[in-house]
Amino acid sequence: MTNALETVAVGKRYGRRWALNDCTLSVPAGRVVGLVGPNGAGKTTLLHLAVGLLQPSAGSVEVLGERPGSGPEALARMGFLAQDSPAYARLTVAQHLQMGAWLNPRWDGEFAAQRVADLGLDTKQRAGTLSGGQRAQLALTLAVAKRPELLLLDEPVASLDPLARREFLQTLMEVVAAHGVTVVLSSHLITDLERVCDYLVVLDNGQVALTGDVEDLLASHHLLTGPRRDSDAMPSGMTVVEESHVERQSTMLVRADGPILDPTWTVTPVTLDDLVLAYMRQARDSSTASRRSLAVAQ
Amino acid sequence: MIEFHLDPGSGVATYLQLVQQVRQALRLGLLEPGDRLPTAQQVVAALAINPNTVLKAYRDLEREGLVRARPGLGTFVVGTLPRTDPTAQAKFRRSMASWLRTARDAGLGQDEIEAIYRTAMRDAFERGDEGVA
Repeated sequence: MTNALETVAVGKRYGRRWALNDCTLSVPAGRVVGLVGPNGAGKTTLLHLAVGLLQPSAGSVEVLGERPGSGPEALARMGFLAQDSPAYARLTVAQHLQMGAWLNPRWDGEFAAQRVADLGLDTKQRAGTLSGGQRAQLALTLAVAKRPELLLLDEPVASLDPLARREFLQTLMEVVAAHGVTVVLSSHLITDLERVCDYLVVLDNGQVALTGDVEDLLASHHLLTGPRRDSDAMPSGMTVVEESHVERQSTMLVRADGPILDPTWTVTPVTLDDLVLAYMRQARDSSTASRRSLAVAQ
Repeated sequence: MIEFHLDPGSGVATYLQLVQQVRQALRLGLLEPGDRLPTAQQVVAALAINPNTVLKAYRDLEREGLVRARPGLGTFVVGTLPRTDPTAQAKFRRSMASWLRTARDAGLGQDEIEAIYRTAMRDAFERGDEGVA
């Protein structure tokens, strides 16, 4: 199977700061990928590199088998929704659709018109007077009507109320079901991602902290509680992601190859939330630890 | 036709919730052979979930011989599940009740009994799954 997005040791530097550093990941085609990580982790930078709005300072990026920004053909194959779903405030809904038709070689005008009608948008209304949810839906309609193979969405639902958020995701999932487009969306709302994503990429501090199929990740991680023991004494095939100990009890989030058979552990399945937070904390702790050891070395 | 719903807090994988709801509907007689399941697109539009999740659930049901996908037409119920037999249910409940009394008389508390139950469930079903796979 081909990859929709592939980066090899990619880095992006702003002045002296690396927003992305030695970041290698691949996103299989046909998936809905959740891109998560704390603010400043490099999510937006990664999306901008994929669209071709930015050029990498190191490494390489390939989108649908091509270098991004290599020409209008490459652009026609992807749709991008920047943060806050920007629209032209003074243009009407109809003018947005008209512009979409002029600018995009594979424009699906029928879909766009149908979608706008289904959403109950007034085509004569200026985009500046639409609600946040309506504007997001309009922007999504434009991005989808160009018939991309890959849809990149930068925090598309962050500023929407819960109902508008749900409606936006419903539209998005209908599009995925009907056209099999690959989607990469960044978000802080993990409960939303849990519903819609089947693939996860956790970025932290410009690097990939975790990546994989959501179901595989959830099935291979467990929360263990039991009598206190040392994490070094865990059986092989088990990796401790996070641990905490009190006097007589240990709690560990582990990644395991097989089922946990040791009866002294109480095994609880993990949620996507637990998993993402554990890996983000792990990445943060290791970066503070390396800063600390640097300070000692100096 | 049935309508799916989700319990996000249950900790049960979404596709498994869909599978369980179809099985339950079969057991209750809400679904019968010949009935059509909602299309992936309908489920997706209603629940805002990933279409692959729905397809995975339907594939699982197909593997069990409960439904069959007809290209271009939809997914149809072809199998049946035995209606839950009230006599059998009553029998197991009685033996469980007597086991619980023995455990309580031996000094076990409710929490301990629940821990034993959870571990035993895990042993029985995780090993059972391995046998099938």
